[in-house]
Amino acid sequence: MPNLAIEVSELRKSYGPVEAVRGLSFEVEQGEVFGLLGPNGAGKTTTVEILEGYRQRSAGEVRVLGRDPEERDRRLQERVGIVLQSCGFYPRVTVQEALSHFARAYPAPRDPDETIALVGLEEKADARTKDLSGGQRRRLDLALALIGDPELVFLDEPTTGFDPAARRTAWGVVRRLKELGKTVLLTTHYLDEAQELSDRVAIVKDGRIVAEGPPDQLGPDSSRYRVSYVSDGRRVEHQTDDPTELLHRLTRDALARGERLDGLEVTRPTLEEVYLELTREADAL
Amino acid sequence: MNDVALAWEQFRFERKLFWRNPSAAFFNFLLPVLFLVLIATAFASDEDELDVLIPGIAGMGVLATTFTALAFNLTMLRDEGVLKRIRGTPIPAGAYLAGFIGSAALNAFLQVALVVVIGRLAYGVQWPEDPLLLALFTGLGVVCFAALGVAYAHVIPNEDAAPAYTNAVFLPLLFISGVFYSTDDLPTALAAVAEALPLKHLIDGLSDAIVGGAGAAGAAAVVGAWALAGIVLAVRFFRWE
Repeated sequence: MPNLAIEVSELRKSYGPVEAVRGLSFEVEQGEVFGLLGPNGAGKTTTVEILEGYRQRSAGEVRVLGRDPEERDRRLQERVGIVLQSCGFYPRVTVQEALSHFARAYPAPRDPDETIALVGLEEKADARTKDLSGGQRRRLDLALALIGDPELVFLDEPTTGFDPAARRTAWGVVRRLKELGKTVLLTTHYLDEAQELSDRVAIVKDGRIVAEGPPDQLGPDSSRYRVSYVSDGRRVEHQTDDPTELLHRLTRDALARGERLDGLEVTRPTLEEVYLELTREADAL
Repeated sequence: MNDVALAWEQFRFERKLFWRNPSAAFFNFLLPVLFLVLIATAFASDEDELDVLIPGIAGMGVLATTFTALAFNLTMLRDEGVLKRIRGTPIPAGAYLAGFIGSAALNAFLQVALVVVIGRLAYGVQWPEDPLLLALFTGLGVVCFAALGVAYAHVIPNEDAAPAYTNAVFLPLLFISGVFYSTDDLPTALAAVAEALPLKHLIDGLSDAIVGGAGAAGAAAVVGAWALAGIVLAVRFFRWE
């Protein structure tokens, strides 16, 4: 049995009369990159903040690296790195000083300079945090989350505000973390990001998980393969659950007529299409 | 690192932050000294006035470096999300707060020492009669006003409101507590308010230690009671975000 980095079972969280998380369950294996997707207000951040030890759950069971985060055990905090959605810095210290300061809180920290290089902030190592751009601040967030050399990293919307180049850098960092055997729990609005980075994703809607699985296999039962080709200058599209049969029929007929199926494509619905369909479906309920 | 080493690291870090913040350095060190020099120059020949002013400004220094500075900084750190970030690291809450408050306490002691030295060298006020009592009373004042400052930060809604909230307490308290002149001249209603609040009693205690005369025991009881109330409120309502 694989070791589980995160176990969440029937998690519930209410804020007064509002139930933000309504019986949510999932597991993340060690070394896995797991993506939590969902619209604003779906309960993603509440869930992550319970796992990080910031909030107390109303009901359910939670284990992070085998411990209950609610106990706020220092030995757990030492093994976890956190990138919050928004989180400030001491304004009058440099990037290098901030990393050196927080490094001292951990038993076996990474080297600050090496961590600065990892997130691509070398040129700003001696800049004060208040002089950083939005994207540079986000890189510093990431560096601070990694400074303790954590086994498990929480990334809550880590690339919001990044330009495309900075996003690629951040993605590279997440892949490096995975190569190093770290576990990553990622929440994101960017479906391409989830698809690119995650081993598995879960789509959260109204405090519940509505779909879970590897990003390229995810989909509601109604999701279909699309088979399309160009005929008389127009693209013709068919949807099917059984592309083998459909392709066989289409190609057989085309050969019988002596035609070619130009631009023939068989595609799965993209994660974005699945996501939009699922979140819309849940809306209608 | 153990908790003590982490608190020390935090303390050293806070010292670095403090000296990089010109407005903090101004309000904590320059402003009380500026008041001291302006008012003392006006009354330089009047020994009685100086005997009131020196302990008064020392009390103002304790108030500014602990209550005002901590309420202001804690609100800023909470609003900016720095406290939340710290909460997500293994730094224990106690070690963090010890370093953070310890730095403010050092400022208070430096301020009191600065005022006493300026009083002696520039205006000929005597060296403190009872240096040990002065240190003890400064310490008690630091505990009291640091706790009240942390507690008060819980009331301040956000960073933008912090200057108004802190000054709304700081300035009236200065004028009724005998910082610039003796409270003997105050109207009875104002005197009663000052009597119920801790700053006047802190100044009485400092006055007893520096120039002698005022009863320190009763003053210590009032400041101590406020310190206890402040600690309870500071701990009970502490919030990281």
